Amino acid sequence: MSSNNGLKVFTTPFNNGNPVTVLVLGVCSALAVTVKLQPAIVMALSVTVVTGFSNLIISFMRNTIPNSIRIIVQLLVIAALVILVNEVLKAYVYDVSKQLSVYVGLIITNCILMGRLEAFALGNKPIPSFVDGIANGMGYGMILIIVAFIRELLGSGTLFGMQIIPESWYAANGGFYLNNGLIILPPMALIILGCIIWVHRSINKDLQDK
Amino acid sequence: MENFINIFVQSIFIDNMIFAYFLGMCSYLAVSKSVKTANGLGIAVTFVLFITVPVNYLLNEFVLSEGALAWASRSLGGIDLGFLSFIVFIAIIAWIVQVVEMVVEKFAPALYNQLGIFLPLIAVNCAIMGASLFMQQRVGDVYHNFSDILAFALGSGIGWWLAIVGIAAIREKMKYSNVPKPLQGLGISFMITGLMAIAFMSFMGIKLIN
Repeated sequence: MSSNNGLKVFTTPFNNGNPVTVLVLGVCSALAVTVKLQPAIVMALSVTVVTGFSNLIISFMRNTIPNSIRIIVQLLVIAALVILVNEVLKAYVYDVSKQLSVYVGLIITNCILMGRLEAFALGNKPIPSFVDGIANGMGYGMILIIVAFIRELLGSGTLFGMQIIPESWYAANGGFYLNNGLIILPPMALIILGCIIWVHRSINKDLQDK
Repeated sequence: MENFINIFVQSIFIDNMIFAYFLGMCSYLAVSKSVKTANGLGIAVTFVLFITVPVNYLLNEFVLSEGALAWASRSLGGIDLGFLSFIVFIAIIAWIVQVVEMVVEKFAPALYNQLGIFLPLIAVNCAIMGASLFMQQRVGDVYHNFSDILAFALGSGIGWWLAIVGIAAIREKMKYSNVPKPLQGLGISFMITGLMAIAFMSFMGIKLIN
C-alpha cells in the first residue's frame, strides 16, 4: 500500500477493518476493563501508543530482521514498550493502573499488536505503518469507549464517576429507578459486544457471514 | 490437600479464565468451530499452562520480586527486578512453547500430530501470559506454596478447556438454527459465551474449606 491512500489506511480500522468487531483481535482486554469509562480510556490510550510505536520500530527494522526469529523480536519490542507504558501509568495515574491490574501486562499478548506487525509493518514504510498502528489502536479504543459508556451509565448511573441519573430518581430516595447490577458483571460485557457487532453488521452488509 | 482441591475447583468454575477474565478470547473464538480441534487446543493450553506458571513462579520467587536475590548474596537483597517481569515472562513462555513443541515431536508423534498446529499459536495466547501475571499478583496473598500454584495452573487450564469445548459443541449444533443474518458467526458466539458465563456465575461462593 503506497502512502497516497494514507487516508484509507487511517479510516479502515474504524469501519470495515475494525480490530475488535471485524478481525476479532484483542477481545480479552476490550471486555475486562470496560466497567468504568476512565480505565477504558486509559487502556485505549496505552494500546494506541504501543501499537503506533511498535509498528514504527518494526517497520524501521523490517529489512534487517531474519525471518525465522521475527516473532521473538516483535515480542521483545512490544514487551519493552509495555514496560514503559506500565511505569508511566504507575507514576502518573496510580489508581487507574491498580484497577487495570494484569490487563496492562496483557497488552503484550494483545493480538492486535502481533496482527498489525505481521500484516502491515513488515511490508510497509515507517510512516504509513505508524499511521496504521495509531488508527488500529483508536479503532480498538472506540469499541472500548462505547462498551464502557453503556456499562457505566446503566450499571452505576455515572459517567467518569459523576452522577448522571438524578439522585431523587433512585428507589432509596423514594423514586422508581434502580441501577442494573447485572451490567457490571462480566457476562454482560460479552452480550453488549455481541449487540454492537449485530448493529454494525446490519448497517454494513458486506461484513455478514456468507 | 484440601487447599489444593479448593484452589483447583475455584480456578475451574469460579475464576474461569474465559468467563470471569476473558483471557484467551481470540483463539477461543477462532478455533471453536468444531469440537475436535477445540479439544486439541484445550489440551495444548492446559499442558503449556501447567509448565509455564510453575516455572514463572520459581523465577518470581527467586529472581524477580523485591529482595528475591538475597539467596545469592546478601548485598543483592535490596534489588527489585519486578519491572522486568513482563519481558521475562513472555520470553520464558515463548521459549517453553518452543521446547515443548520439540519434545512432543520427538517423543510423542501422535500427540504432536494432534497439537502441532496449535502449539506455536499458544505463545501469544493471553490466557498463558494472564495466568502468570495473576500468579504474580496473588502470590503470598492467596497462594502460599508451590502446590497452590500447581492447583491454580492445572485448574485454569482445565477451565479454559471446558469453556472452549462447550462453545464448540454449541456452535456445531447452531449450524441448524435460524440465526438473524447480521448476528451469525461472531455476534451470536459472543452472546452465547455471555449466557454461558451467566450460568457459570451460579458456581460463585463454592468453598470447600473455610
